Amino acid sequence: MSTDDRTELFLRLLGPADPEVTCEQCFEFLDEYVDLEAAGADADRHLPGMHEHLQGCPACREDHETLRDFVHRRPA
Amino acid sequence: MLDTPIQARPAPPTVQPAAPVMAGDAEMWMSALHGPPGVRDQALADLHALLLRAARFELARRRGQLHDLARADIDDLATQAADDALMAILGKLDTFRGTSRFTTWAYKFALLEAGVKARRRAWHGREVVLDDQTWPALPAGGRSAQQCLEDAEMLRALSDAVATSLTRHQREVFCALALNGIPIDVLAERLNTNRGALYKTLHDARRKLRLALEAAGYGRDIAAITGGGT
Repeated sequence: MSTDDRTELFLRLLGPADPEVTCEQCFEFLDEYVDLEAAGADADRHLPGMHEHLQGCPACREDHETLRDFVHRRPA
Repeated sequence: MLDTPIQARPAPPTVQPAAPVMAGDAEMWMSALHGPPGVRDQALADLHALLLRAARFELARRRGQLHDLARADIDDLATQAADDALMAILGKLDTFRGTSRFTTWAYKFALLEAGVKARRRAWHGREVVLDDQTWPALPAGGRSAQQCLEDAEMLRALSDAVATSLTRHQREVFCALALNGIPIDVLAERLNTNRGALYKTLHDARRKLRLALEAAGYGRDIAAITGGGT
């Protein structure tokens, strides 16, 4: 088991240590977070707790990844 | 989704909505969607087409999970996702704050709908076993025998804490989501609840487990692995 695998396993079991937003807040701010990322801004500073929630919630993490990838693939 | 924020955390993050600096396409879309019938109908058709493209993108990413579906069934799923997303968007149009591009805001609804539908379809007919405690193995790769032994002891302490520190509901949700990898939307459907409520339960369970591990002397180890000041 690599160090990354070990960290991933314990994060999956115990979640992030730092405060995180809820699933509802994550969805509410997801578009802003992704556009800030796309603009090269510090999305985590603007929207604290998002990164931690995306570490702890696999479903919201997938939603983030797919929105990010779709927006980057098809800039509107 | 649940409206109640996660309780009992050290310092809830304060999300400060940004000023609407990236409105970009928003004015055009909002104007058209609030416009006279002909203009509005065209905007709705255009928006639905964008949502359908997003839904198809998401379902294409999940093709492996939907291998038993015919192409026509996947198209139907995409259309359902786009339809549901459009309804959700129209219901929330006045809540759009203009802090992102309108299309980014709209896409998230289509991608969410498509993702939830795909996860549920992939698990359709599969049994969801609650409280099945299949603990992950800890392969040795890259770590010393002593480190592996310490990790195994910490996992054993965690397993004990799951058995003794959690309520039955917390234990079932923890085992289903964190141990067995059942998608949260699938579990929410089976338990007739929603993602937010289940994640709140998981969050509370994780917090109890951290406290139990701290009490067992693993606080510094856990902090070193997952960060924070545990």
